[in-house]
Order: sequence, then structure tokens, then C-alpha cells
Amino acid sequence: MSASAVFVLDLKGKVLICRNYKGDVDMVEIDHFLPLLMQQEEEGLICPVMSHGNVHFLWIKHNNLYLVATTNKNSNASLVYSFLYKLVEVFTEYFKELEEESIQDNFVVVYELLDELMDFGFPQTTDSKILQEYITQEGAKLEVAKSKVPTTVTNAVSWRSEGIKYKKNEVFIDVIESINVLVNANGSVMSSDIVGSIKLKTMLSGMPELRLGLNDRVLFALTGRDKGKTVAMEDVKFHQCVRLSRFESDRTISFIPPDGESELMSYRINTHVKPLIWIESVIEKFSHSRVEIMVKAKGQFKKQSVANNVEVRVPVPSDADSPKFKTSTGHAKYVPEKNLVVWTIKSFPGGKEYLMRAHFGLPSVENDEMEGKPPITVNFEIPYFTVSGIQVRYMKIIEKSGYQALPWVRYITQSGDYQLRTNA
Amino acid sequence: MTDSKYFTTTKKGEIFELKAELNSDKKEKKKEAVKKVIASMTVGKDVSALFPDVVNCMQTDNLELKKLVYLYLMNYAKSQPDMAIMAVNTFVKDCEDPNPLIRALAVRTMGCIRVDKITEYLCEPLRKCLKDEDPYVRKTAAVCVAKLHDINAQLVEDQGFLDTLKDLISDSNPMVVANAVAALSEIAESHPNSNLLDLNPQSINKLLTALNECTEWGQIFILDCLANYTPRDDRESQSICERVTPRLSHANSAVVLSAVKVLMKFMEMLPKDLDYYGTLLKKLAPPLVTLLSAEPELQYVALRNINLIVQKRPEILKHEMKVFFVKYNDPIYVKLEKLDIMIRLASQANIAQVLAELKEYATEVDVDFVRKAVRAIGRCAIKVEQSAERCVSTLLDLIQTKVNYVVQEAIVVIKDIFRKYPNKYESVIATLCENLDSLDEPEARAAMIWIVGEYAERIDNADELLESFLEGFHDESTQVQLQLLTAIVKLFLKKPTETQELVQQVLSLATQDSDNPDLRDRGYIYWRLLSTDPVAAKEVVLAEKPLISEETDLIEPTLLEELICHIGTLASVYHKPPSAFVEGSRGVQHKRLPARAGSGESAESPDTVSTGGVSEAPPAVIPSQGDLLGDLLNLDLTPPTTTGPPPPTSSMQMGAMDLLGGGLDSLMGDDSEPSHIPLRTDTPQSPQLHHHSPSPPDYSPTELGGDIGGSPAMGASFGAPPAVMPGSFNAPVSGGLSDLFDLGGGVGMPMGAYVPPKTVWLPAMKAKGLEISGTFARRSGVVQMEMTLTNKAMSVMGDFAIQFNRNSFGLAPAGPLQVLTPFTPNQSIEVTLPLNTVGPVMKMEPLNNLQVAVKNNIDVFYFSCQYPISMLFVEDGKMERQVFLATWKDIPNDNESQFQIKDCHLNSDAASNKLQGSNIFTIAKRTVDGQDMLYQSMKLTNGIWILAELKVQAGNPNYTISLKCRAPEVAQSVFQSYEAVLKN
Repeated sequence: MSASAVFVLDLKGKVLICRNYKGDVDMVEIDHFLPLLMQQEEEGLICPVMSHGNVHFLWIKHNNLYLVATTNKNSNASLVYSFLYKLVEVFTEYFKELEEESIQDNFVVVYELLDELMDFGFPQTTDSKILQEYITQEGAKLEVAKSKVPTTVTNAVSWRSEGIKYKKNEVFIDVIESINVLVNANGSVMSSDIVGSIKLKTMLSGMPELRLGLNDRVLFALTGRDKGKTVAMEDVKFHQCVRLSRFESDRTISFIPPDGESELMSYRINTHVKPLIWIESVIEKFSHSRVEIMVKAKGQFKKQSVANNVEVRVPVPSDADSPKFKTSTGHAKYVPEKNLVVWTIKSFPGGKEYLMRAHFGLPSVENDEMEGKPPITVNFEIPYFTVSGIQVRYMKIIEKSGYQALPWVRYITQSGDYQLRTNA
Repeated sequence: MTDSKYFTTTKKGEIFELKAELNSDKKEKKKEAVKKVIASMTVGKDVSALFPDVVNCMQTDNLELKKLVYLYLMNYAKSQPDMAIMAVNTFVKDCEDPNPLIRALAVRTMGCIRVDKITEYLCEPLRKCLKDEDPYVRKTAAVCVAKLHDINAQLVEDQGFLDTLKDLISDSNPMVVANAVAALSEIAESHPNSNLLDLNPQSINKLLTALNECTEWGQIFILDCLANYTPRDDRESQSICERVTPRLSHANSAVVLSAVKVLMKFMEMLPKDLDYYGTLLKKLAPPLVTLLSAEPELQYVALRNINLIVQKRPEILKHEMKVFFVKYNDPIYVKLEKLDIMIRLASQANIAQVLAELKEYATEVDVDFVRKAVRAIGRCAIKVEQSAERCVSTLLDLIQTKVNYVVQEAIVVIKDIFRKYPNKYESVIATLCENLDSLDEPEARAAMIWIVGEYAERIDNADELLESFLEGFHDESTQVQLQLLTAIVKLFLKKPTETQELVQQVLSLATQDSDNPDLRDRGYIYWRLLSTDPVAAKEVVLAEKPLISEETDLIEPTLLEELICHIGTLASVYHKPPSAFVEGSRGVQHKRLPARAGSGESAESPDTVSTGGVSEAPPAVIPSQGDLLGDLLNLDLTPPTTTGPPPPTSSMQMGAMDLLGGGLDSLMGDDSEPSHIPLRTDTPQSPQLHHHSPSPPDYSPTELGGDIGGSPAMGASFGAPPAVMPGSFNAPVSGGLSDLFDLGGGVGMPMGAYVPPKTVWLPAMKAKGLEISGTFARRSGVVQMEMTLTNKAMSVMGDFAIQFNRNSFGLAPAGPLQVLTPFTPNQSIEVTLPLNTVGPVMKMEPLNNLQVAVKNNIDVFYFSCQYPISMLFVEDGKMERQVFLATWKDIPNDNESQFQIKDCHLNSDAASNKLQGSNIFTIAKRTVDGQDMLYQSMKLTNGIWILAELKVQAGNPNYTISLKCRAPEVAQSVFQSYEAVLKN
């Protein structure tokens, strides 16, 4: 059904730690993994699934590690990758940073976790908050308090323990919208969408029952109601705490929140939005002599709003040298290791337009390697503003002890995958 | 303090030291020692020698230490089975520990120790744990049943664990339900016929309830299990779908994909006109699109599955083209998959955008991606016909970049475009040829060679081009060698004169100097074909190729259905059925989509793009036996619809092949059917045309003269007089110039035999530039074939010869086909071929069908034509009145047939006059009630008499004709002749 065994390898293919779950795949098969990968890399055709004989390797890479699952069955591949990413998440929560050193430094806990996360190829409890209740790093002696399985493990509410206490009951709600844009070299917007996310930081006692209300402007596409000025959500994804069947029937987002930070929901909106920061560029390459770059950035959002930490990243040929810049605002920097000019503008009010010129020398001996045409990318964030107009209307918090709790809401719009192709 | 210190001891007496530490009295030291052991184990050192010492540490109240010892046991029990028994007691004891964590740990670990002796002891603890009060223990025990089953299936069945496991599906705790489902599914997978899951509406309902409550992983187990269920009807199907759709909003991609699998499968059963069906289709698109924002590996799995979904139900994502546009920073495997889906979604509506994107991709740096992008342009051309032209010009632009691999890739796809749209884009060949030298990849070289061979007649220096490849023949890859061989043979068949040497060279290279069996085989086949029967060779090698279509890269429908049932799994990633890559699964039944309920539709939904599994035929296809016959003759060879046994196909084929090869052998004797048509008794004579032996013409000047004298009415029908005829003397008779015929349309005049206008028998397209149009005429008692030959080719033609297939009346050329050579391009020649009726006989359908072969220096061409049967009415066809009456009575009434001739405005005398010109003689005329009855007779060349009664009523343009003949088959043709004569 899923993984037969899970391996954590270093970049040289050495097994750092592994766990054999089913015993139907010889553990030495993993020796074929790296040679296979090297071969694929050489051919330029890497693929997240590789096979050797009747053994299949499903792998991901994280920092300086490969996480590899083996199987010889028709496994559920999406489950395996989800699980491997979950491993990364759990280990990161435990060790701050998942890398070769942290695995070695914590191998006992890693073994314990591997034992608890999956049984016979079936993923089990993978919520790190719950795991931390009974698998601890202290390696302490068996205490009476820890001798019990947290009921949470098998509870219907498997993401929240009972008996949580806070002096001050608060919920912080972050509404974050990322703008993905792909613009063609001739300036037409090929695709644009908004990926939104509502994140919670819950500091509430007990087992509170929450209900989230959003403004009417944001309708869920699924209702089919269409009222002129609405923004239809293309697809909504919820944290497992949200009662999906309830949402399906009456659109209510009701849930018992996990403690601490979590992503409550994410959504995607497909409407064509004007790219918030518009870039026009002219890149002229004079072979053997110079490259001249002119970039114009325009803020296409409300005048009252300000985009912060704007970074316009303009690609330059890898053999360019002796950079010269001129900017109307902000400052430009050459980052040779990435073959980029990064133009930073700390604060960029809506409606404003700025200009940057760059000049590079090119060597007389040409680099014969073909270079790609990387796009210009832009990073920014605009606080107190959402493109979709989504707003939190209310957050009802009901706990049987009857405490008063305060919800705090923040809005932010930021760049996601924001690419503008160039003519160069 | 970190654990890494445990890895650092690498002293020599390590094992010995560890042994001592493990046996230490101090708990802390013991634990440290076990950690060191595990550390050594982790780095791959063999610490199995410490087995007894480690097992001794098992009895501890330290959970962490216990876990480490258990871990050690799992790793080494198999190598020390006897000693592993030592651990059993502790396991059994731990299974009764008051702490559920320890109970579960024990039962979990025991299941992982794959030692038979231990499993025996596992049964009792497992039984207890399956009924444990703590759900954590129960869910662990449920999985343990699957583990035990894997080790000893019989034991599990004997102990009744399967039933207990089934009971757990009704457990109150969703985690337990999920694990029980997972365990049962796993067991069921290895025992496909066990009917273990026994899914019924009740158990399905339980699963659907648990679905709402369990963890994301549990949801996947349940969804995957649901996917194996087949609902009873569309209503149940719909209600399950309704309860599964909320899962599409789950944040875990794997849950979404498993839900998609269930929905894709069950919606197969929903009636299409159902509102809910449309709703469901709409609901599927957004989650599929969102999967593309997941981690790249998950994106990859999603894309591979979307590829299947798009083929099965293209309507779901047809408007989502843009989300598949490639981002610069996508990993290569994501880029390639996106491209594939872009092509699948390409349609006339979005093709412009797609092409612009593809062109953009074609200028990137990643070679594999660029290649695929170029290839994609070609696939678009094949898929969206309206875009073909734009695609070709885009490809030409790309060829101009001169980037080596772009050029090569473009040539490969242009070859495919030629296959799809033959004779449309040949103008680009010149550009392609310019890049000949830069091709270094076998596929591109092979493609280019194919193009040169296929269009050899349009490429002036085709022989030089191919010859240049021939120099390094043995260094080429097999693909190129095979293609080169075929191309040169094609070239030879098209331009035989200049390329004989070349073809001999390549044949000898392929057959004598190569040790590749495929190449040798193909070489020999060509060699034999060419040496025994060049005609057949031509038909085989230059056969018309089936067009390729966009569907060529679609997955075959039954496989597609199976893969849809495996959405999310490796099978869906590989696009292969599990039986292709999982050992021991060959006997497993292939999963199928359920049939649509209610309607009698097949499981394959009709709204899919017709996924006819057309597989691409290799460029040089040898047609199957059946096709061969048709292709070879290119004639209408429908067997005669007589009561007699149809001639055996083989003899037909033989006859066909023999058309030019001479030898119309005794075979024909079998086919003649004297009972139906009284045939001439003349011995059939082989035409022997290919020898150009001048068989004596069937007529002589004296005979002609006699005829003229005998029937002055014939005077007008001299047509093209044979060369032996001197110029005509007396004016009315000497109108025997061909052009006079056209003038002689006056009413009342005795008219010549009716000659139908010339029609095109052989279009130039089918005959490499030779066009033949023609007609038949009977002039001076001689049947003639009058043809206009036009040379529409670019080269001079010569060496003409003609031959007929056996036919109903034994028509055969009475002399060679005399075409004035050189027959230069754009020249037209009138040719008259006298015919006799002493050739071999075979009844044709229709009766007056004639199959003809014409040969010239270029090729042999075949066509068939129909002659008016009046050509065969002889001049002495006037019956005595008495004989007529007797014969009329004598012929049974069954043999009489009646026809109507409409819109004929001649009076009876004019009609009689006209008919006589075609040797239809009026014997008597009677007038009854203002209706003229003409009694007429005619005789065919083979001696058959036909009697006719023609009723002509003044003022009525419709004639009625009754025909009586001992061979009633001829009636239809005779009637046609009547009609033709009277109306012209």
C-alpha cells in the first residue's frame, strides 16, 4: 500500500538512519539509489520516482539529506510523498533544523518517531504537537504522568490535547494573500492567481469551539450564487480540524483549533488581477562589449497603500562584469553568484513609478555555453490590504468555562511566484 | 548533549567492551551501552554478537531503553532465531502491562519480528490486544494482524483473526476503523479472491461515517478502500459521491487524489443528463488545479494523474490551459509533464496561445525540455488541423536558429506532419535538406532519410543525398540503416534508371555485410520482391500509408480505465498496469470502471475524445493479406454475385498478379460459368502482351470492305480508320474521319453506332503523371478502345503496353498499344486499340466491367472501366421474323425483363433508325391503339441473341421495353445501351 522502508541518506548516499516497516524489500537495495540518481542527473532527466528491478524508490531532498521510501508494490505514491514531507515537518519541529547533524545528534528520538509515525507502511500519528506529548527528547525515565497514551492520539479531535491553559485567551488571525503572476515578454499577462491563506495562532484554554465568519464579498464558488461584485474562490482547502461536511452543507467554518500556530484554510482565486507591481524592462545586449538594462517599476495599487521591501531581481549574463547603476530610488546591487541585479526599494507607495538603469561590461571572448532566459522576479509585501477584498467579519469563540477571548486580525498581500519574462 | 557521541567509539575491543557495559549493574550505564549498540547498528556495524546481552536488558521499566532493545530485536531476531525465543516471555508479559503504550509497543514489535517460532506465541497476546479497552492498543493490534498474515496467512485464518479484524470496522474509534480497513485492504491485495472486504451498503455507510472523523491518513485508507466498491445503482453511486466530495477540500494532496479516484470511478455510473453529474464535473477542476501548488514531487504525481484524467474526461480541465504553463523554476520533470498536458488540452480555441508558449520554451537552455517543446509543436500540428500551417512555419523559424538539437527535433516532427498531411507542406523539404549535414542523431537522420525516400520524385538530387548517407552505412545505428535501405528501394522504384547501382549497393550492404538480423531480413525481402515481381514490390513499398492521428499517443482505453482505478498510485505515475511492475500480481484481476447504470452504455463513456487505440504504424507498412489484393490491383474486384461458388481468392490474386507477368494459365477454366452465359467456344488465348508480339489483328481490309458494302448504314462509323485503310472515296461513306462523327447528329440520317464520350479512366494523380481517358466504339464491325493519353509528368514516357484482365466477353487487345515515342511532357496522344473477343473469359460484375493494366517505363497502372454492351452487337444481328416469333415464345417468361426509358422524344421510326446504327435491328413494327410496337433483335459477339419489344406511344416520352434472352444477366446492360443510344 505504501512504503516498505524509509531511509534518510546523506548526499553521498550513505544511510544515516532507516526503518524497515514491511520486510518485503531487501534493505541493501538502497545501495542502488544514489548511482541511479547520479545517472539520471547526468542525463538531465531526474524524476522523483526511480526503479531498480522490482524495487521503486520514491524520494525527496531536504537540505543535505535524501529521504527515500522503497516499495515493490503498487503503492499510493501521493501518500508516500505526503508522508515524506510530513517526516520533514515533524523532524523540523523536533530538531529545529533537519539536516545530517540533527539526525545523528538525535538518532534515538528519530528511531522512536519513525516507530510511531508509521506502522507496517501505514502512516499513523503524524501531528508533532501530539507526538511531543509522549515522545520527548529528554529521554527521561518512565514517569507515571507519561505512562498514559494521550487520548488525543486516538481521539476524534486528534490535533488538540485537553487541559490546555492560558492566562489570557487570544487568537491571532493572519490573512495572507500571495500573488502569482506570469507575464510574457511582450507584456501580456499569461496567468495570474491569488493564493490566500488564513493562519491562526491560537492561545486559548480548554476545548474551545470556534466559528469564523468571512465577508459576503468572498463567496465560495461552490455555492453557485453570483452577485456582481463578488470574488469567487476557486478552491478552498481546510485544516483537518474544520468540519468539512458542515462547510459543504451550510458554508459554516466551524472547528476546534489546534493549539499554537496552524494554517486554518487556504484558497485560490483565479480572477484576473492587475499585477500590483508592473515592470517594464529593456535589456540590450551588445555582444563582446556591454549589456544595458533599463527597468521601470510601477505600483498599480491604491495610493494609500505602501509596498514594503520591494526587490526587483533582474537577470544578467553570467560573464558580465564592472556593473554601474543609476536608480531613481532605492539601491541596486549586483549578485554575481546568482547572475542577478537586485534592486531594493524599502517603501513603494501605490501609483508611484521608479526607474533603474544598469550597465555591464561583457568580455570580448564570448561564453559559448547557451544561457537560459531567466525571468525578472519581484518580491514585495503590502500590509493592511488584500487583493481579493476578503475580510474576517467575526470569530466566535465558545468554551464551556465561558471565558472571554479576543481575536486579532492582520491582513497582508505579498508576492508569490511573480515572474516577468524578458526579451533578452 | 547530543547522541552523536555514541558514534565515536571505534576502538578495537569494542564489542567486548560493550558486552561488559551491557551487563553492568548500573541502569544508566546499561542504557548508555544499549545506545552505543544501536549507534553501531545504525552505521551498519554487525553487533549481532551481543544478542543475548541486549535481550537481557529487555526487562526494564525505562520506556526509552525498552524501545531501543525492541529496535535491536527487530533488526537481529532473524539472524538469531533461536535466541529470539528468549525474548518471547517478555513480549507476552508486556502485552499485559497496565500501560497501554507498552502493550501497544509489544504487539507492534512482535509483529515485526519475522521469525516463525515467535509468531506462534504472538497469537494469544494479539487476540487480547484486538479486544483491548484502549483504542491505541486496538489500532496497533489491527495492523499487527496484517503483519502476521504476511508471515503466516494460514495461522491468521485458523485463529479467526480475520473475523475479529472485520468486526473492528464497526469499532467506535475512527482510528481503529481506519487501521482495520488498511489491514484488510492489504491482506485482500495479496489474496484477491478472498472477498475479505465484503463491501456492502451497510459497511460502506460505516466507512463513510468514519471518513469524517479520522486522521488524514485514515481518510486515505478508507477512500482507497471505497474505490474498490461497485455501487449497486446510480443512486447509491451519487450518494457516495456526495459524501466523498468534501474531501476535495482537504489540505493533504494525497487525500484529494484518493477522493478524485473514488469520484472518477463512481461518476462512471451516473447518468449524464443528471444535474449532479455536471456539478461533480465542475467540482473536480479546482482541486486538481490546486494540486499544482503542492511540493514538486506531489505536483509530479498530480500531473501524471491529470494526464490520465484529461484523456478520460477532457471536459473537466478544458478551460484550465493556463495553469499548465511552465514556470522558469519548475523542476524538469514537472516541466515535461506540463507540456504533455498542454498538448492534450490544445484545441482550436487556445492554439495560438499554446504555440506562443511552446515557441518561448523552445528557446530555453534545458535541452530535454527544448526538445520536448519542439516535439509538442509538431503534435499540435497533428492534433489541431487548423494550426498545422502555423506550426510548420514556427518549426521552420526554429530550424533557422541552427541550434543543432532544435533542428534535429524539428525534422523528426516534420516527418510526422508529412505523415498526417501528405502532399501539403513539401515546399519545406528544400529547407530541411540544407540542414542535412548537421544531423548527428539517429532519429533525426532516420527521419530525414525517410523524407528523402518518400519524396524522392520531387527531390532532384535524392540519389546523391542518399548516397552520401550510404558511405558510412556500417557506422549508422540500426534505425538509420533500416530507413536508408527502405528509402533507397523507394527511390529505385520511382527512378529505376539512374539508381540501379545504388539499390544494389544498399542491398548487398544490408544482406551481406551486416550481421543485424532485422536489417538482413528486410534487405532480403526487398531483394526478392524486386527480383521476382517489381510490380508487387512497388505496391508493397510504395503503398499508401495510413495517416497518423493525434490519438497515436493516447493511452489505450482499457488500460486507461484500469489506470483511472489506480489514481494516486505508482501505476498512475508510470502509466502502466500494476501487473507490469509488481511481482506476483499477474493473476490479479485488472480493475475496471463500473458500467453506467440504467442505460446500456458500455463502460467507456461516449463523451471522451474517441480514444480509438490507433497505434502508429511504422513508416513502411506491409499491408495485410486482404489489403494487399485490393492495393495490388487497385481495381474493383468484387466477386460476381452469381450462384456459383465465388472464385477462390488465391486464384483471383494470381490472376491479378499475372496481369503483366503473362501466364493466364488454366486457372481460368475453372471460373468460367457456361451455365449462365453461353460463352464463346474459342480457346482462350493468352494476350502475351508483354512480349509485344504482334498478334494478328482481328480484321483485314477485305473483311472491312465487305462490311461496308453490306451495311451502308455503317458508313458513318469509320472512326479512326486503321492505317491499312486507304483514304475514303465516296463522300457520304467517307465521312469516316473521326471528326465527322461529331457532325453526324442529324435526325433521320442513318446513324453510326453510339460512342459514349470519353471519360477519365486513369487520373494522372494515380499514375505518376500519366492520364488516360477513353471510350469504346464499334467501327466497321471492329470493337475499338479509343484513348487519349496525356503525359502530365515531368519526364518522357515510353515502353507502353496494355493488357486486360479476364472479362465477361473475352475482350482482348487485338494488337499492341502503339504510342508514338518519345512521349514528351505535356503531350497528348490519341490512340486507338482494336480489340477482339477471343481472350480468356471470366464473368465480371457488372457484366461489362473491364480491368485494364497499362505499363510504361515508369510503372504499371491499373484501372477499370465499363464498355457499352452495344459495342458487342454484331452486324448480322437481324433475326428472321419467323425465327424471332419462335424464339420469343421459346424463351421462358421468367427471362423477360421490362424497363422504362423516360424522356425520349423520338418517334418510332427515328428510334428504329438510331438503334440500327448500333446494330439493333427492327424486324417488325405493329401499331396498336396509337402505340407503335417495334420488335427488335441483336446478337452479341459470343452468339447470344437478345430479343426486344419496344413500345412507343405518340406524345408519350416514356418508352417501355421488354427484353428476352436466354442469358437474362445481360438484360440490364442491354437496357443501358438502349437508353444511351436513344438519348444521344
